[in-house]
Amino acid sequence: MDKLIRSRFYKDRLFKGGIMLFTVLSTVPLLLILFYIVKQGISSINWDFFINLPKPVGEKGGGIINGLIGTSIIVLVASVIAIPFGAVIGLYLSEYSRDKLSYWVGLCVDVLQGIPSIVLGIIIYLWVVKPTGHFSALSGSIALAIMMLPPIIKSTEETLKLIPGTIKEASLALGVPYYKTILRIILPMGLSGILSGSILSISRVAGETAPLLFTAFGNPFINTNILKPMSSLPLLIFNYAGSAYEDWHKLAWGASFVLIMMILLLNIVTKILERKWKIQF
Amino acid sequence: MINLNEVLTKGFDYKSITHKSKENKKLANVLRFENIFQKGLGLTGIILIIILLSIFITLAITSMPSIKHLGIKFLYSKEWNPVTDEFGALPFLLGTLLTSLLALIISTPFALSSAIFLGEYYPAGIVSNILKNIIELLASIPSVVYGFWGMVVLVPIIRNIELKLHVLPYGVGILTSSIILAIMIIPYSVSLSRQVISMVPPSLKEGAYSLGATRFEVIRKIIIPHTRSGLFAAVLLALGRALGETMAVTMLIGNSHYIPKNIFSPGNTMASVIANEFTEATGNVYLSVLIEMGLLLFVVTTLINISGRQIIKRYIFH
Repeated sequence: MDKLIRSRFYKDRLFKGGIMLFTVLSTVPLLLILFYIVKQGISSINWDFFINLPKPVGEKGGGIINGLIGTSIIVLVASVIAIPFGAVIGLYLSEYSRDKLSYWVGLCVDVLQGIPSIVLGIIIYLWVVKPTGHFSALSGSIALAIMMLPPIIKSTEETLKLIPGTIKEASLALGVPYYKTILRIILPMGLSGILSGSILSISRVAGETAPLLFTAFGNPFINTNILKPMSSLPLLIFNYAGSAYEDWHKLAWGASFVLIMMILLLNIVTKILERKWKIQF
Repeated sequence: MINLNEVLTKGFDYKSITHKSKENKKLANVLRFENIFQKGLGLTGIILIIILLSIFITLAITSMPSIKHLGIKFLYSKEWNPVTDEFGALPFLLGTLLTSLLALIISTPFALSSAIFLGEYYPAGIVSNILKNIIELLASIPSVVYGFWGMVVLVPIIRNIELKLHVLPYGVGILTSSIILAIMIIPYSVSLSRQVISMVPPSLKEGAYSLGATRFEVIRKIIIPHTRSGLFAAVLLALGRALGETMAVTMLIGNSHYIPKNIFSPGNTMASVIANEFTEATGNVYLSVLIEMGLLLFVVTTLINISGRQIIKRYIFH
């Protein structure tokens, strides 16, 4: 009997050890990747790196200014399209959660989240690039905007659902019209959720390459016209990582470092927003 | 007069205000706006549904030339020759399945352990916080950076292993992309399975503990059986991710148009073929073939997503 109990304890401990080991092992890749990017990237970072265009092979130096500007513009335009639209759909889903239509809308959000990004690239190519006849940053923004919708919708919906119904009822009982209740009471209370969802979705699409391949296409020069092809950091990394030249690899490492730092920063901002403005009742 | 009972049961019809006093006009305006507002909210939802439907319809219509030209042969032929308009997607179908399944096999033990660790052993506290953040960070690294890292760090390692095993040392190939894919899908399966595991009712676990079960026995006999379908859904959703993953795989799979002979040989997935050849595709059929592959990806991932989410939702609500 004693033996049996002991063996059960041993098994328990062995299992726990195994779980711990595998858990620790699954964090190793991240540490390795981060270590590598920081090690390789930091050496190519300096002021010139941020203000210069990429240089041809053989010339030292060169920067990623076209990618930086491109990413900022593309993501900005995408946010302008996606955030209001996503917030309104989130509002709809939280207000009419028992509707039949809202069930289907919710399902669509789930499906949209699962669509491979390359398929969205194809779609926007067919919808925008082909009819207009040329690649453009705007088409890239539209593709990214569609990708941004699900996280914004979900975060808005979940935050607004947390607001107690009594507050809405109180406002309605005072004779405030429904739309004013929504716009003046409910939306401001849920602003933190909308904002953190938006920033999170920005950080997710900032690194997307696949939907931009056939839409924004990339551009070796600085371009601020959203109707023309534009570069972006991920596209730049993709192009230079595939080359065989040491200089261009260095450029790609530097760009990766900058991109990851941007995403990290956005994630931290989201965390702070969530903690500071958390809805509590 | 406004009949209060009617308003409460049927809603208020602003057109019924006929008396034109100043107050009534104001009220009618408010109510009209209210009507527009509520309809507008519903409209945005409908727009979303329309977007999704038109994505499907666009893909279906534009892949018609290919479906007409190739028919079902598209799925089992292995010839890929743009010059003669012969397109068989079998190597890419196999490549996609092989990389995704291999990635699942590699990632599942790690993902499950982390989920049990976070859901059962340390649901709160500093350790779990750090771990959760690390896993979240893994999810936020862009796919292209994973691909780049794989090219520079993983490919030489795999090449060395291949040299030791006496297979052709490509470095790039199915195995290399599967390992990177596995790293990339770990966050998704961990966060989903962690949620499912932490949903197990405490009373069940406490019952087992009070009978003298060890933690291992509780996990094996209570938690795993109780969450089986939820864990399955988590793996399924991770598979959906892996199937459509493009950039990292494109950079690491070696882009060969032949059926992979073993896990070391280079291949191609549907997503990577699209990424590589879409802008170069000349000719109606060629482009439409690539779009048909996109359609296939869309349909498969959508089915996986809907079924996976349905299972998970059942879990979280009960």
